[in-house]
Amino acid sequence: MSFSRTAPIADPAAPLARRNPVAKLVAAAVLALALVVSLDPVGPAVALAVELAVVPFFGIRYRALARRTWPMAVSVLGAVVTLLLFAADRQHVVTSALALVLRLYAVALPGVIVFATTDPTDLADALVQNARVSPRFAIGTLAAWRLVPLLGQEWRLIGLARRARGIDAGRNPLARLRLLASASFTLLVGAIRRGTRLASAMDARGFDSGIPRTSARTQRFVGADAALIAAAAGIAAAALTVSVLTGAFSPLFS
Amino acid sequence: MSTVRLRGFGHRHAGRRRWAVRGVDLDIDHGERVALLGPSGAGKSTLLAALAGLLPPESGEREGVIEVDGRDPREARDHVGIVFQDPQSQLVMERAGDDVAFGLENRGTPPDRIPELVDAALRRVGFPYGPGRATSALSGGEQQRLAIAGALVTRPGLLLLDEPTANLDPVGAALVREVLGGIEETTQIVVEHRVAELTGMLDRVVVLEPGGGIRADGPPERIFARYGRELAEDGVWVPGLPPSAHPARTGPGEELLRAEALTYAPVLDGLEVTVRAAEALAVVGPNGAGKSTLALLLGGLLAPGGGRVAATPALAGADAGKPPHKWRARALAHRIGSVFQNPEHQFVTPKVRDELTLGAADPARADELLVRLRLDALAEANPHTLSGGERRRLSVATALAAAPRLLVLDEPTFGQDRRTWSELVGLLAALRDDGHGIVAVTHDTDFRAALGARELPLAARESVMSA
Repeated sequence: MSFSRTAPIADPAAPLARRNPVAKLVAAAVLALALVVSLDPVGPAVALAVELAVVPFFGIRYRALARRTWPMAVSVLGAVVTLLLFAADRQHVVTSALALVLRLYAVALPGVIVFATTDPTDLADALVQNARVSPRFAIGTLAAWRLVPLLGQEWRLIGLARRARGIDAGRNPLARLRLLASASFTLLVGAIRRGTRLASAMDARGFDSGIPRTSARTQRFVGADAALIAAAAGIAAAALTVSVLTGAFSPLFS
Repeated sequence: MSTVRLRGFGHRHAGRRRWAVRGVDLDIDHGERVALLGPSGAGKSTLLAALAGLLPPESGEREGVIEVDGRDPREARDHVGIVFQDPQSQLVMERAGDDVAFGLENRGTPPDRIPELVDAALRRVGFPYGPGRATSALSGGEQQRLAIAGALVTRPGLLLLDEPTANLDPVGAALVREVLGGIEETTQIVVEHRVAELTGMLDRVVVLEPGGGIRADGPPERIFARYGRELAEDGVWVPGLPPSAHPARTGPGEELLRAEALTYAPVLDGLEVTVRAAEALAVVGPNGAGKSTLALLLGGLLAPGGGRVAATPALAGADAGKPPHKWRARALAHRIGSVFQNPEHQFVTPKVRDELTLGAADPARADELLVRLRLDALAEANPHTLSGGERRRLSVATALAAAPRLLVLDEPTFGQDRRTWSELVGLLAALRDDGHGIVAVTHDTDFRAALGARELPLAARESVMSA
């Protein structure tokens, strides 16, 4: 069963893939935050260049990365084409569209890398152990996450069952909308049922016991994890510095 | 080991007028293995939930005394483990070992002790893989074994089992029974429709009376000898009382549907089968052999990967040249009715009656079906609020509403009590004798025997792990 676009695709032994999930998450957030403050293309270009350069250290092959990010590429391309088609001042639009594309990629890529190199169980463990997130939230979300692939199968069967009942929308968009709403309701009822059952099974195994929880798996936050965050901050600072020095810097709020 | 004591115990779910269970006096001693029986709605599952400490005060109203080891079940939860029906919604973690460890973590077990306890629990249930095995790659029976390991790992004195084999194929059910029979030093209470297979490991049978109290209590042989017939009428699968058979009154009739070189990767490869009127065809085989896929293909719901499904003019009239998966939905529903494994997938309206008038050729047929399937009292209810047996009957009724000549059913008797089971078999036999074609994907050997169904065995495919 696959978690499709978020399942790990990396070699787990790669030097940076092995870093603490919380460290990876914070590093990605630091980069993203730094890149949204300016509207110029220079800062994102610098950050993106460095990000792409470190991809192999996360144990990800470029081809696998491309496969994972193609839906993003398609939507970005769509946005750019629209901008170009409907713009009056084409010269200006090309620059800002380029800046937009670079920024989207520079912000999104670290997030894609984090989820491509992190096992969901490890992430939940690290959130609880290293970031003091409530186990009720982290482990509860993890358990619910396991049910996501089931929803896909359910959705397909619900659709087929509607055809079996003699219901199809044909070419009528209104009927199609009604059909979608009724199928969504069935899916929701099933999901709530299953979720409730899972929650009471978890409580039956002492999840709500109130005893401080221990963990069977230890996540450590070591010097190298701090260094990863520091490096991300360094890249962010460098990107902003280059952008200011070249005079391209244009703050988001001015 | 634990003891259980109930005195005049009752529980009424919040917002309900009727007591789910009431007036129960019961003592269960250390290490006893008890089956809790009774018709649907007698409150068996509610009683188990109460013993597991899963009914907090706000869940409803309680009366009388309920104690596990002399304490309120809410306080004795460390000593109680419970296993539910559906393996999918009780496994929490991605890897088998992590899942078993879940209960230990919740109780604050020191991390260095966890691995040995997990290994011991996995050994106790004969888990055939290592702790790193993905839970999603296990068969239903293996998942249920893992769930039992997860309940046993904290060494509970009392193990509760709420229909632990109802969702499993015969192989998986046997795996689970084997594990339960081998558990020592634990008091066990099991709720199960198919109690016949369990009798060898039981010390005692307790029968709940739907109106309140206990109807019978004693060793299985005595209870079944004395109350067997009336229990069977209430829906319990009593050992030694085979359900009545409905052999076909006529030979198979005209051809309705044919599959030629039917292929659907990776499960089906070049399958040939003919479906006839006035005949029941049972599709059998292990999980992952493509039985459900075949049901969807014959039901005109899936396009074949190769080969074809062809309808005869007897079934499709002028449309016979067109493959069923290309028919309009309305036309399909009038010719081939499909009943899905999960009844809820088929419900599209907020009222039982509307479900039947939706596809019905004439409204009189809807009323007739309501009466015939004992749903007339529920005509105004929301389909999603019905009990398991009622949902199953309604899902069959929805497929019959459009009066199709051919009916394709996927595991129609899964987890049903004997009463609903007998009604379904009787109905299908009557339809067959009226000249309908019946195709059923089923693990249920009693079902095949009762209908005298022709069998179509599908072989297992190596590459598929579970269906």
